[in-house]
Amino acid sequence: MRYLPLTPEDRADMLGVIGAESIDDLFVDVPADARRAEPVDLPFHAGELEVEREMLGLSRRNHSASEGPFFVGAGAYRHHVPATVDHIIQRSEFLTSYTPYQPEIAQGTLQVLFEFQTQVAALTGMEVANASLYDGSTAAAEAVMMAARITRRNKAVLSGGVHPHYVGTVETLAHAAGVATDRLAVAIDAEDAVIAAIDADTACVVVQTPNVFGTATDVTKIAAAAQAAGALLIVVTTEAVSYGLLKSPGEMGADIVVAEGQSIGNGLNFGGPYVGLFACKEKYVRQAPGRLCGETVDADGRRGFVLTLSTREQHIRRDKATSNICTNSGLCALAFSIHMSLLGEKGLRQLALVNHQKAVKLRDALAAVPGVEILTPRFFNEFAIRLPRNAAEVVETLAGNGLLAGVPFSRLDPAAGLDDVLLVAATETTPDSDIVFFSKVLSKVIGQ
Amino acid sequence: MSMNNVGRPTRPEAASADLGGHETLTGARGLLQDEALIFELNAWDKTGVDLPDAPPADDLGDLVRTAPIGLPGLSEPEAVRHYVRLSQKNHAIDLALYPLGSCTMKHNPRLNEKMARLPGFSDIHPLQPQSTVQGAIELMDRLAHWLKTLTGMPAVALSPKAGAHGELCGLLAIRAAHEAAGNGHRKTVLAPTSAHGTNPATAAFCGYTVVEIAQTDDGRVDLADLESKLGDHVAAIMVTNPNTCGLFERDVVEIARLTHAAGAYFYCDGANFNAIVGRVRPGDLGVDAMHINLHKTFSTPHGGGGPGAGPVVLSAALAPFAPTPWIVSGEDGFALVEEAQGPAAQAFGRMSAFHGQMGMFVRAYAYMLSHGADGLRQVAEDAVLNANYIKARLSDLMSPAFPNGPCMHEALFDDAWLEGTGVTTLDFAKAMIDEGFHPMTMYFPLVVHGAMLIEPTETESKQELDRFIYALRALAGAAKGGDVDRFKGAPYHAPLKRLDETLAARKPRLRWKPVAAAPLAAE
Repeated sequence: MRYLPLTPEDRADMLGVIGAESIDDLFVDVPADARRAEPVDLPFHAGELEVEREMLGLSRRNHSASEGPFFVGAGAYRHHVPATVDHIIQRSEFLTSYTPYQPEIAQGTLQVLFEFQTQVAALTGMEVANASLYDGSTAAAEAVMMAARITRRNKAVLSGGVHPHYVGTVETLAHAAGVATDRLAVAIDAEDAVIAAIDADTACVVVQTPNVFGTATDVTKIAAAAQAAGALLIVVTTEAVSYGLLKSPGEMGADIVVAEGQSIGNGLNFGGPYVGLFACKEKYVRQAPGRLCGETVDADGRRGFVLTLSTREQHIRRDKATSNICTNSGLCALAFSIHMSLLGEKGLRQLALVNHQKAVKLRDALAAVPGVEILTPRFFNEFAIRLPRNAAEVVETLAGNGLLAGVPFSRLDPAAGLDDVLLVAATETTPDSDIVFFSKVLSKVIGQ
Repeated sequence: MSMNNVGRPTRPEAASADLGGHETLTGARGLLQDEALIFELNAWDKTGVDLPDAPPADDLGDLVRTAPIGLPGLSEPEAVRHYVRLSQKNHAIDLALYPLGSCTMKHNPRLNEKMARLPGFSDIHPLQPQSTVQGAIELMDRLAHWLKTLTGMPAVALSPKAGAHGELCGLLAIRAAHEAAGNGHRKTVLAPTSAHGTNPATAAFCGYTVVEIAQTDDGRVDLADLESKLGDHVAAIMVTNPNTCGLFERDVVEIARLTHAAGAYFYCDGANFNAIVGRVRPGDLGVDAMHINLHKTFSTPHGGGGPGAGPVVLSAALAPFAPTPWIVSGEDGFALVEEAQGPAAQAFGRMSAFHGQMGMFVRAYAYMLSHGADGLRQVAEDAVLNANYIKARLSDLMSPAFPNGPCMHEALFDDAWLEGTGVTTLDFAKAMIDEGFHPMTMYFPLVVHGAMLIEPTETESKQELDRFIYALRALAGAAKGGDVDRFKGAPYHAPLKRLDETLAARKPRLRWKPVAAAPLAAE
């Protein structure tokens, strides 16, 4: 057993020191009939080579994004991650450390978190950011709870442009906490409906930009309407690269911004682990969920960093805490921060422009396919199209041709009645030749 | 304090005039380099990536960002050096023993990292057609099978993203089951005084009132107090087993019986499952729901605080209420049921956008295969043996909180033995840093005064434990011998001296700001 260092002699010696006759003596507190004499019915241990073989077998039964033309988005995006990012996050001192409870020997993690918080605040245009949450969807749910605490009101208005999985996640938590949700009808551009839904009970309005159909929206008017009614505006973003090109939510008046940070430094990973970005106005920080890293000094006056404002947290406030969260996505936040440091402002803007350019090329190519209608007016790197046939069937057929075409909207929300709508995304990883190929095979498939 | 941007940011001006005999001119210390923030490196116009040119976006109108964002960029060599320097200021399990009780810091096999990076796992999208990810869904199904077999429970929800998220999942399933049975009036959750802070926080989040259950003198749930607090208003009890005192709840079967007799469900916090894995199945004890921290028991790296993964096993009574997505298998292979309809019609909802922490599932499954049923059993035995060895070797100098009987995977001491020395638990912990060890968990569980919770885990050798024991015995001797200075200023040999946490909370500075801010100084 290569991971277990004790030898049989060690074990015997140690039992002797303890004064126990056998290992069973150490399990005496377990009720006798619950103590298992035999191992459970599972295979016995396997060598490294055997494990690799089995895992490789499973992995080969998946079609990875790099294997062929790929246009799938809807909340997770394929981007190129510089080799440096993965190399650094695999350094033992980052990979195998824990929550920085002892700041004197955790300055590496803490300085990274401080830099991460600053980067996230700058990107979102907000005053402060936390040290990350599980992912964008759970961050959205936490933001709604936070808004209910701040406003002492009990209803969240959820725009019809919010990713249905995010809506589902918010509804789960809101239902549990007794906060009502007003989920508006699915809409490609939902601004007027959102403003109309705000009333005196509204704690917050949740809008997404670019939204699940890819629509990029100026939310300034919604912010003003929400704030005039005493509610907070929560802006959700699922594609963090868009911040490089589009006006930030902070500039448009957001009170809380949550985003999925997977796009920067983190791979697709079949849905996780991802990294939730969370930023807000400074006056709300004591109501924020999750960890915060702050600057301080050591006994010699040297600058250092610590986890701070922990009186909001579960280990101190227990049932009065702002959230039950006791972790962050540390390693994913590190990957985000390294990639962001490599990009810098210049690189991020360029990356965002290339993404937009690719999506425009994709739109032009698909618009030329007979029977395809482009639905999204203004988008960043993703948009919705209407097909003359059931989108899920078309996607399945195209997958048979080695092309992963996008996300049928019916997969996100079967009840929306949008079975002919397909979400397609392009990024800097999309070669022009794949765009041409997509339009050709799509033309063939829907022409059949 | 000077915070210039020429690479020497952290030296206080005042100290530079009087360096004493031991300070360096630059603030660096040999191999330990001082490192500025990225925002102080004058890298506002740089980038470490090469990208093709693209035309400006002319179709987005006034949505285009015009103001500067405020993000520095580093060339690749600068970035590598920045982060490598920072990394060297971190303690990590790969460097030395990391005996944080309740946190389970064990060896992280690199095979798991290699497997998680196979493109067939890392480079697949959660929403690509299910026919193109059959291997991934089968891996989730196999992981589920291992978790169900090891716990003796019939169902598992894989999507919770961390232990606390798993607690939320378990309580939501319980709540949904009560609501379905017309028992929505049950609004109380019982939790022992020694519970993880996440337990009451989770229960409160779900709209429950938390009532504490007292603890016996030997560190277990007080059955009489439990009985007196059970009733028609109680939805669930949350018990950690083995508990946060490092002890097995001897009366767990009786706790389950009383709970069920009162019409409530038994939630078990499974954070400490590594102490019993392969030897005890929680399902045999009467548990209805339990989260399993994959990062603890099945060793996925903690990464400076995450990501974790917290699948929840469920009893037959709770299984129908598990959140989406569900895995089903049929003649055409595996499928994920993503909506609350069909076989998942009673699902209480969705925990997060996609299917859970796939990257952690891969690591945990590789770890399970490596250990097997036999090895996982050995994991529990060695974890318990190592903790009891530490307890036995330190009990004559330090005061074990519960001296009678064995502990499980962690040994708990209180601060009674430090009385009169002038040294606190915190001082003692900081002095451990100077000896090359990460301090143990301090002041938790709250039921023990000045608690010191030591968890060695099963991946420590006897030689390493002896080295640790030698250091603790030497420190204990120094404390009792009156060498208070060793403790009061500690750590002396860390990258920084003791940090002012009060200042950080009183004057929160949570981000770097472009305008030179006034120096932060203790008043």
